[in-house]
Amino acid sequence: MDAISLIVRSIFVDNMVFAYFLGMCSFLAVSKNVKTALGLGLAVTLVLVITLPVNYLLENYVLKSGALEWLGPQFANVDLSVFSLLIFIAVIAAIVQLVEMVIERFSPALYSSLGIFLPLIAVNCAILGGSLFMQQREFANIGMASAYAFGSGIGWLLAIVGMAAIREKLEYSNVPKPLKGLGITFIVTALMAIGFMSFSGINI
Amino acid sequence: MALNSKTKAVLLGPLSKNNPILVQVLGICSALAVTSKLEPSLVMAIAVIIVTAFSNVIISLLRKSIPNRIRIIVQLVVVASLVTIVSEVLKAFSYDVNKQLSVFVGLIVTNCILMGRLEAFALGNGPWPSFLDGIGNGLGYGWILVVTGFFRELLGSGELMGYQVVPQAFYDAGYENNGLMMLAPMAVLIVACIIWVHRSKNKDLQEETN
Repeated sequence: MDAISLIVRSIFVDNMVFAYFLGMCSFLAVSKNVKTALGLGLAVTLVLVITLPVNYLLENYVLKSGALEWLGPQFANVDLSVFSLLIFIAVIAAIVQLVEMVIERFSPALYSSLGIFLPLIAVNCAILGGSLFMQQREFANIGMASAYAFGSGIGWLLAIVGMAAIREKLEYSNVPKPLKGLGITFIVTALMAIGFMSFSGINI
Repeated sequence: MALNSKTKAVLLGPLSKNNPILVQVLGICSALAVTSKLEPSLVMAIAVIIVTAFSNVIISLLRKSIPNRIRIIVQLVVVASLVTIVSEVLKAFSYDVNKQLSVFVGLIVTNCILMGRLEAFALGNGPWPSFLDGIGNGLGYGWILVVTGFFRELLGSGELMGYQVVPQAFYDAGYENNGLMMLAPMAVLIVACIIWVHRSKNKDLQEETN
């Protein structure tokens, strides 16, 4: 039950885009039509679901203060958390590369539709943000961490697809000249974020 | 060391005509979440200026020896090491601000400004122009952050850097702080307003389609 409520919470209440503004760069750049937005959203979810549990294991068995105790009692005081940023980003970059190769091998169709976005995901703040929030919140077990990853990914997907749908409609509206393009996208994002804030009172 | 016109363009271009946030649309992720008060915005701006400048220099020095295929990883490692240093310094000297910034110091690593400038500039230029480019882009990013933080703190809590600036007489006359300003979405709205003003001044930046 905890896992389900965590998923729902990370989709709506702690939405990566609207509550923390993570992954905004690609959110703004790739939200011009629904189809590519969906592709990028799926890729982000996939990478989050793979990287977060891996980083969770690393955090709890290598990086955290005292995490190396399983090697022997003399390691009980070792604290490697200074390196967590380096390790996390290395893991993310490596896994993105790996996922890219696996998808290319087994599903060329999916690969060609995601192709350009996959390498970009390595520097998507939502992915690293997920790992850093995981470190901050100290989830009880790896299942919870995966649930959080899945929820955040779906939340991001929901946000970018919604945004793309609105922008497709916006094409026909008469926007003041200086606001065209980037400006109106920002304003729509702000309004959507205010909308999503109505979820924040919900206790699940 | 006189600044000739080229170095001047490298340093000052990003402040307005080529602003990383307003024009290149880079580095928005971290810009929005930390600006609810002026002080964290200022600290964040300084941190980003330092990291962009020095990562640009390091990558520019290494640019001839980095194999093309693994350059992204090399860049990430350089940036991550610099960010780790900055975050440790912050923890040591201003722990409160570090707590307010929470994960967003770490997220400088994935700030697209860094990767963008490393790819677009540092890989093709010498260390000194790269350093200036880093400073320029950091400043261009920083002033947006500071302006946003300024308005949000002023309108949201009537303070600047933690000092009360809206006089008590205003409150007695019925003035209220706008609590909405403290919420995250208002940062986006303020940046949208900055874009609006900026683009009505620079007509050549206006876009044709929505």
